[in-house]
Amino acid sequence: MISLKQITKYYSTRSGQHCVLDGVDLTIHPGEKLGILGRNGSGKSTMIRILSGAELPTSGRVQRGMSVSWPLAFGGAFQGSLTGLDNLKFICRIYNIDYRDKVEYVEDFTELGKFFREPVKSYSSGMAARLAFAISMAVEFDCFLIDETISVGDVRFHAKCQYELFEKRKDRSFVMVSHEAHNIREHCTNAGVLVGGKLSMFSEIDAAYAYYHESIGN
Amino acid sequence: MNHHPLRDAFAVQRRVIGALLLREVITRYGRHNIGVLWIMLEPMLFTLGVSGLWYIGRIHTLTDIPVIAFAITGYSSVLAWRNTANRCVKAIEPNLALMYHRNVKVIDVFISRTILELAGATASFAVLTVIFASIGIMKWPHDIAPILEGWLLLAWFSFALGFIIGAISERSELIERVWHIITYLLFPLSGALYMVHWLPKGMQEIMLWLPMVHGVEIIRHGFFGEVVPTYENPVYFALVNLILTLIGLALVKECGRRVQPQ
Repeated sequence: MISLKQITKYYSTRSGQHCVLDGVDLTIHPGEKLGILGRNGSGKSTMIRILSGAELPTSGRVQRGMSVSWPLAFGGAFQGSLTGLDNLKFICRIYNIDYRDKVEYVEDFTELGKFFREPVKSYSSGMAARLAFAISMAVEFDCFLIDETISVGDVRFHAKCQYELFEKRKDRSFVMVSHEAHNIREHCTNAGVLVGGKLSMFSEIDAAYAYYHESIGN
Repeated sequence: MNHHPLRDAFAVQRRVIGALLLREVITRYGRHNIGVLWIMLEPMLFTLGVSGLWYIGRIHTLTDIPVIAFAITGYSSVLAWRNTANRCVKAIEPNLALMYHRNVKVIDVFISRTILELAGATASFAVLTVIFASIGIMKWPHDIAPILEGWLLLAWFSFALGFIIGAISERSELIERVWHIITYLLFPLSGALYMVHWLPKGMQEIMLWLPMVHGVEIIRHGFFGEVVPTYENPVYFALVNLILTLIGLALVKECGRRVQPQ
């Protein structure tokens, strides 16, 4: 189980403190599939980063009772001047697994070909997303944090993600952040909407949508 | 399974620092030609150049201290703390993407860079000493124990300085420029270019406020024995190191709170 209790996050700006998250409470149970809706800049990515532990909240408590992935996003989490293979090695060392067992799987999944041994900074965003996704599958987490990764990439990539995450690992939890409707509708069992730094939870995706659209309209 | 939170945390940190070390070696030296050997060769060539200049400049005719050993001890000591602090300046930004991984902390970046720099400086110092002493250009060190003591204290000083300069450089652009001026001025003052004994009394007292002067004095005590009196105070140096370490850790912690992975 992962829980956020009364999380607030402020960023310093030139015109004073800017509140991104304002007292967010959230619990993620094993196997739960949660979608987070919100406009650009609503604090979705900040929340994901706080869940992962990459960033600390200004106040509030984070408890992680299961292993949580880093935020799987287009670019982040990789050292650009290292190759895809070196990034795989680095991440495996950090999470204490033997990279030698994983090279073949990642090389195969990402279909990067010779680019697997080229610096990540030469990758397109789709290629970086494939690498991020494949490495996180290789490390194996109880809960995957998916920050828009699924929405890039082609049909083939979607089909593979579909199989690896939503079928092979359907016992795991994930939190998926998106401003696109169909991803969340397709994969999540419940959803939250971030508006003005407040998180509202809905057990019905349709109810979450209705609220989300209403908030955009205003 | 027996879980000790502290021991687990140490295991994680050791792994992360190890991974960062390898990452650093690959991006800095690559896998081409002699690659990782440059860690040692770079400071070695520096020290060799400076020693050669001083030898040609006939500095050894001014005192009874052998110039090559004087240059190697002095310049290696400067390299240890100066290179370390320099490498910690703006060290976070190129590693920002890696901070997406919860276990990678600001302090791990500083520690790994410091270890790498110190490994190079230590290897360079040791290899030059062995080579020069073997071929008879300088005498073997008089006593190894003070050399180890002085070097360890200098290494500790380098860690603390790296933390402080590294953390401050994340807050202000200014420190990056100012720091280079400070190192430039500190180089001649740090004990590399003089023995405290050569200075007038009043000057000695002032210079002995500088912590690294004590490190160089201890090391030279080990090299030259009683040829020239040395004025080191290891307890003072250790105490300054302790205070600097605490300041450094506080600054690094504060720095970690503000880092946002990109």
